[in-house]
Amino acid sequence: MSYLKLFLLFAKIGVMTFGGGYAMLPILQRELVDTRHWATEEELADYFAIGQCTPGIIAVNTATFIGHKRKGISGGIVATLGVVFPSLIIITILAGLITTFADLPFVQNAFAGIRVCVCVLIFNAVVKLWKGAVKSILAFGIFLVVALAATFLNLSPAIYVLITAALGIILEALHAMPGERGKKA
Amino acid sequence: MIYLLLFWEFFKTGLLAVGGGLATLPFLSNMADTTGWFTHSQLADMVAVSESTPGPMGVNMATYVGYTTAGIPGALIATLGLITPSIIVILIIAGFLKSFRDNRFVNSVFLCLRPASTGLIVASGLSVAAMTFFGVSDIASITLDAVKAFDWKALVLAVILLVVTRWIKPTKKLHPIVWILASAVVGVVFSFAGV
Repeated sequence: MSYLKLFLLFAKIGVMTFGGGYAMLPILQRELVDTRHWATEEELADYFAIGQCTPGIIAVNTATFIGHKRKGISGGIVATLGVVFPSLIIITILAGLITTFADLPFVQNAFAGIRVCVCVLIFNAVVKLWKGAVKSILAFGIFLVVALAATFLNLSPAIYVLITAALGIILEALHAMPGERGKKA
Repeated sequence: MIYLLLFWEFFKTGLLAVGGGLATLPFLSNMADTTGWFTHSQLADMVAVSESTPGPMGVNMATYVGYTTAGIPGALIATLGLITPSIIVILIIAGFLKSFRDNRFVNSVFLCLRPASTGLIVASGLSVAAMTFFGVSDIASITLDAVKAFDWKALVLAVILLVVTRWIKPTKKLHPIVWILASAVVGVVFSFAGV
């Protein structure tokens, strides 16, 4: 299989992914498992789980990982460039158009309406994330402290991520991590 | 210089944003505060456009912010900045990914990071809501005047959208793009921006 094919496959997966990285799973299933037989259902589940428990965008991590599996380091890079390629083209064109017409009253009104929808979509996304993430008292505590602190303090989100990661390491070293042991996403 | 800064900001985002979809939003929101490259209201528009166009949302938002900040080269550099840490991290741990995933410290770190990431998104969501309903940039700066200027039209639309996206069976499953387009139409018909 050539690099071009790998690039095109992931460009196709990029085009078909709408929304967050989780939207990618059914498309990966069809393209990698059903059509190309590159991976079994279990392998794909593993790839995807790894994409979620490494830092960064899930879709990008999964593409890098599968590309690397198929064709080594250069494969990882090619697959990742493939998955972002459609976004680069489509968003650049749209952003250009929107910038050009941003001052028209009807565009301003349309986006004022859309912003209301964005609030509701963020709320819905949070409810979904909450169900997967907040499963213990500890998780609830972390959620509450970070949500409050980030609302009222003006710190970089990086600080919260680093502190929470350190907390995870310390709790595990002290064997104080509650529940959920061995359970995988 | 702007290109280097843009790359660095998105490198950090790519390295530290955990999870799918909106995980990059808190980082972009912070970027709006610290760099002034774009406003919070532009950021909310970017969320809508990123959600309704093909491509992973985090990547779309990076491309959009990059374009807004520094044109086409900016779009390219921001996106490359976002994916570089993923490529480095995955390639480094590729050899022992399986044991990485089963490592108890990795599991424990991610059990803590997921609720933190959710909390960060809540905070960003609240600042989008503060802007949408009160016209101010964050919750902490809601004043009495802002309360008086509360946008009732926006609240009615928000309640309707909540009902159709969460509780009504046949409409619950529809893609968000449907609601984004419908909200655009409502915004134009009822002149939500007041122009």
